[in-house]
Amino acid sequence: MANYSTNDFRAGLKVMLDGDPCSIVENEFVKPGKGQAFSRVRLRNLKTGRVWERTFKSGESLEGADVADRDMQYLYNDGEYFHFMEPQSFEQHQADKITVGDAALWLREQDICTVTLYNGQPLSVTPPNHVELAIVETDPGLRGDTAQGGTKPAKLVTGAVVKVPLFLNIGDVIKVDTRNGEYQGRARD
Amino acid sequence: MPGTDWRPSASLEVLKKRAELLGQIRSFFARAGVMEVDTPILGECAVTDLNIECVTATVNGATRYLQSSPEYFMKRLLAAGSGPIHYLGKVFRDEEHGRRHRTEFTLLEWYRPGWDEVRLMEEIRQLICALSPSVEVQTVSYGEVFEAVVGVNPHTVELGELQSWARQHCGGDWSGDGRSTLLDLLFSVVVEPRLPEGLVFIHDYPACQAALARLGKNSQGETIARRFELFFNRMELGNGYCELTDAVEQKSRFLADIALRKAAGKKAIAMDERLLAALESGLPDCAGVAIGVDRLLMQLLGVGDIAGVLAFADS
Repeated sequence: MANYSTNDFRAGLKVMLDGDPCSIVENEFVKPGKGQAFSRVRLRNLKTGRVWERTFKSGESLEGADVADRDMQYLYNDGEYFHFMEPQSFEQHQADKITVGDAALWLREQDICTVTLYNGQPLSVTPPNHVELAIVETDPGLRGDTAQGGTKPAKLVTGAVVKVPLFLNIGDVIKVDTRNGEYQGRARD
Repeated sequence: MPGTDWRPSASLEVLKKRAELLGQIRSFFARAGVMEVDTPILGECAVTDLNIECVTATVNGATRYLQSSPEYFMKRLLAAGSGPIHYLGKVFRDEEHGRRHRTEFTLLEWYRPGWDEVRLMEEIRQLICALSPSVEVQTVSYGEVFEAVVGVNPHTVELGELQSWARQHCGGDWSGDGRSTLLDLLFSVVVEPRLPEGLVFIHDYPACQAALARLGKNSQGETIARRFELFFNRMELGNGYCELTDAVEQKSRFLADIALRKAAGKKAIAMDERLLAALESGLPDCAGVAIGVDRLLMQLLGVGDIAGVLAFADS
């Protein structure tokens, strides 16, 4: 991979730091009038999700990280591994539970999601920001209670449990924001 | 349809405040009897400073430098007997761009013959208080504030120990870096964000960061540079010296700078022989300071990015 100097540091650039692939979040130029110039950089470690702060002298460089986001279809889970396929090439990738993480709560077989590859191997899986999933388990709906603010837990077909309004029933399809797990409304169809 | 990228970066309201500020600064110095001088922006010479890069221009086939500060010209005026003088205008520093930096910016620089840095700091306080009457003012030595925040005396710490303090506070590996770089790192990244609000004068800089200031001793008997900086709401605003007037010492600092630039693989810069000649002929004892006017306006108006106080920020 190419090396990137502090002048190339932009939000989203993927670089290697301490052996881990990272994505640059922010790069601030810092320089005392008479002194050395620095780049004060915030980076997200793509393995752990933690944000690091590091300072580099201007002109220093970091090795680029071989990281790429790919849209893939989730195929199935064999109990140990989750299997994904690139729709154009039909190339398949497998990822363990730790790599898939919470994304597993939102994925149905055949759904398209983003798989981040690092050196060709899955590093993380990101579901679409919004998914539409059916309720498989919840207390019976309370008819006519559409205006009140109450909520109840509902288990979705993928296993996720979200808070939904009281009037919803098993079989209803709802729209959920996967970034915070919040109910967004009933699906339109 | 025409685009909007022809529009100014700053609002017209801010530009009006900017014009008022320049007027207030000029009246302050007119009342104080400090003559305005309009020194050249294009010079034959440039600073030898390791960490300042000048923008170059070609004029009639010869290389000229856009001045990074009017200092050398102003010192030649002082040596010629100008008395107290100030400059309010543009300066240029290459490779500087960020929320608080632009290659082209406006500097206020002035010199007071017969004054020391303590008296000059008092005049700066008067100027800032005239512009912002409610501002809090504090004065602290570099050694005190550095030791309080970082945990070690910057004047006496060994290089190896300073490298491990840098690693501890900032992460990364600093084992190949020198004293001045490490002090810049720890001061900028660790100390500066913890400074109090308002105007803070920091005096008695480490001897290795003397630049063009005289050396002296602090009350602990440690050798220090008679240099100060001022910070306004944690942002570096200015830098001042009890000026070096000794031509021999000046020449040896030029040579040291040139050697440092060479070792760092930076562009070679010749020393300004006419400045040395002016010092030999006699620069009066004086104190001088340079203040970033764009940053001063940012703090006075509460603007977070320098682009917000410039008519056109990305030329």
